[in-house]
Amino acid sequence: MKKFIMLAALILGFTSQIQATEFVFTAIPDQDESALKKRFNKIAVYLEKELSVKTKYIPVKSYAAAVTAFRNNQVQLAWFGGLSGVRARQLVKGSKAIAQGFEDPFFETYFIAHKSSGLKPSLSFPKGMAGKTFTFGSKGSTSGRLMPEFHIRKAFGKTPDKVFKRVGFSGSHSRTVALVNSGAYEVGAVNFKVYKKELNAGKIDQKKVSIIWKTPGYPDYNWSIRGDTDKKFGKGFTNRVQKALIGMKDPVLLRSFPRKSFIKAVNKDFKPILDTAREIGLID
Amino acid sequence: MMTLAFAILGVALANFTGFLLAVIFHYRAVRVACAFVRAVHELFWALIFLQIFGLTALTGVLAIAIPYSGICAKVYAELLEEADPAPMQAIPNGTSIVSLFFYAKLPGVWSNVKTYSFYRLECGLRSSAVLGFVGLPTLGFYLETAYKEGLYSDLSALLIVFYVLISTVRKWMRRETIPVLLIAACVVLPESGAMTWSNAWRFFAHDIMPTPIRNVETITIPIMLETWFWFQTLILNEALPGILNTIVLTMIALAATGILSLLFFPLISSLFFGPKSRLAGHTILVVIRSTPEYVIAFVLLQLLGPSMFPAVVALSFHNAAIIGHLIGNFSNHLRLRPDRSKGINLYSYETLPRIYPQFLAFLFYRWEVIFRETAILGILGVKTLGFFVDSAFADIRFDRAIVLIIITALLNIFIDILSRSIRSRLRLQTSLDTH
Repeated sequence: MKKFIMLAALILGFTSQIQATEFVFTAIPDQDESALKKRFNKIAVYLEKELSVKTKYIPVKSYAAAVTAFRNNQVQLAWFGGLSGVRARQLVKGSKAIAQGFEDPFFETYFIAHKSSGLKPSLSFPKGMAGKTFTFGSKGSTSGRLMPEFHIRKAFGKTPDKVFKRVGFSGSHSRTVALVNSGAYEVGAVNFKVYKKELNAGKIDQKKVSIIWKTPGYPDYNWSIRGDTDKKFGKGFTNRVQKALIGMKDPVLLRSFPRKSFIKAVNKDFKPILDTAREIGLID
Repeated sequence: MMTLAFAILGVALANFTGFLLAVIFHYRAVRVACAFVRAVHELFWALIFLQIFGLTALTGVLAIAIPYSGICAKVYAELLEEADPAPMQAIPNGTSIVSLFFYAKLPGVWSNVKTYSFYRLECGLRSSAVLGFVGLPTLGFYLETAYKEGLYSDLSALLIVFYVLISTVRKWMRRETIPVLLIAACVVLPESGAMTWSNAWRFFAHDIMPTPIRNVETITIPIMLETWFWFQTLILNEALPGILNTIVLTMIALAATGILSLLFFPLISSLFFGPKSRLAGHTILVVIRSTPEYVIAFVLLQLLGPSMFPAVVALSFHNAAIIGHLIGNFSNHLRLRPDRSKGINLYSYETLPRIYPQFLAFLFYRWEVIFRETAILGILGVKTLGFFVDSAFADIRFDRAIVLIIITALLNIFIDILSRSIRSRLRLQTSLDTH
């Protein structure tokens, strides 16, 4: 019996260890995970050099896990999508968006279709997709869920469930591309940046997959930081992080996102996302 | 390694608390509490603890320890109840309860307890691997990553590691190695980030309160109405469709399990096959039943898209392999006339009627298990209750998640009671050596 009590004490001891001085960040898992790991470990090295504070990246399995880690102060900085960023900042008082990609204020979602669906590219919303099989990306994604769902509801006046034969959540943009490419789903909604990246990587067979519609632009990805970071790492730390992110010039680092550069951001840039999320009932 | 560490610590903790609870199992409150904690699937527990403790070792260990405590408590209590009363009667009055328990009751059931805790460890390994799917660093984590990125050779390597792990449990888990393994498990636990009790407090006091009453000082009638409306919407839009799909899927899977297990059991029965082909049969069944149904379903769903079919296949194959194994063994002990018939006649006229009561008993016994698993498959995209729970967690709406989890648990308890009453009405006797 003693053994077990000691064991319990050990477990508690392990978990209450607090690493006070490490600056930790995470990112939403929107693409292939091994690619993310490589990309953000490089970012960690870069930030550590710029900030002279020990910096670490931790991988998470879902968008919600990224938000929770941010909320629980297990990470102080995060690379969020539009929706996850809005959610996270709502939950952590004083937290703010400090940077976004150059392309992020005018982000787009592509609706892509497999040849077998018979759908053709169009300028207006292609209503012919009703009754097909359709996949979103992650449940918590902006470009893979929120915006496409918003446009689907607007066009049909019905929830996606009622519009399509079958609705799936692939989990990530790379996965959406793969599923439509293989024909497992006839139509999918995907982040335009990831689509282009997969296209360049030769992972899309253009004889089989085509873009049938592009959404109007909307604000998306952002770096957000907790409000109490200055207290923990010293005055002006938040500003230094912002400077380091915006000052990122190494093309190797930027290409992996892929973004041309990072620019400043403020919370209210993402107000349209919050409004849309409220409108379709994803945020109370 | 993490898979092992979580499984060992979780199961050890569960055995200990389960045993303590078993001793006081005659209190109704304890029984109800145990029924409730075991009705909630490990993955749901993990999702809850992720909110409280984050990605820490404690999340993994507790997600296994809590439901398993409930299961162990029930099984051990049943074992103790069925213990041979003779030594108890032989002891003079006035002996203290403690020594009565340790010297008269416990020795009689000890070997059963031991066997069962081994079996639990096997289940624990399976659960622990599956926990990776929600982000803990166990085999499931790498399995999912490998699959999603199309690294199929990694995938098969991981699966093989897993089979080896499970099939060799009895080799490395012995009385002498237990303390070593426990300590080793503590050492390899992943380093944990900061964890504060305020997170836990916030979760209970704030997050799981229904949204309308979360931020108000006093509860007034309009707010109560709003809460009722919130609850109603949740029930109509998510719980009811979820319940319906879960039950439909459970029943189809149950029927399919029945049919498949009748096909499977002859594979290992000495009535139908010689020793060599039986060995092959055994191997097939072991592989099918040690693959977690969650993993089978995951692979099939990725291939076929989210419909009920892959879920039915996964659930029925896994459970049929278990039942097939049990009734196959049972059929080996049947005594038939020397001039019995052969082949299909032997199967349908001699064997089947004799094993049928056992078959039904096991099938009803798995009913509750199948329901639990059906609910959880929702996380993979089939629209059972788990789908809505997962969505609620993805939307950071823990209030909804908790209501849905409670509904799932209550249904599970209901099915458990129903299956028990059906079994006792049919007077089906079974030795419960598996869960």
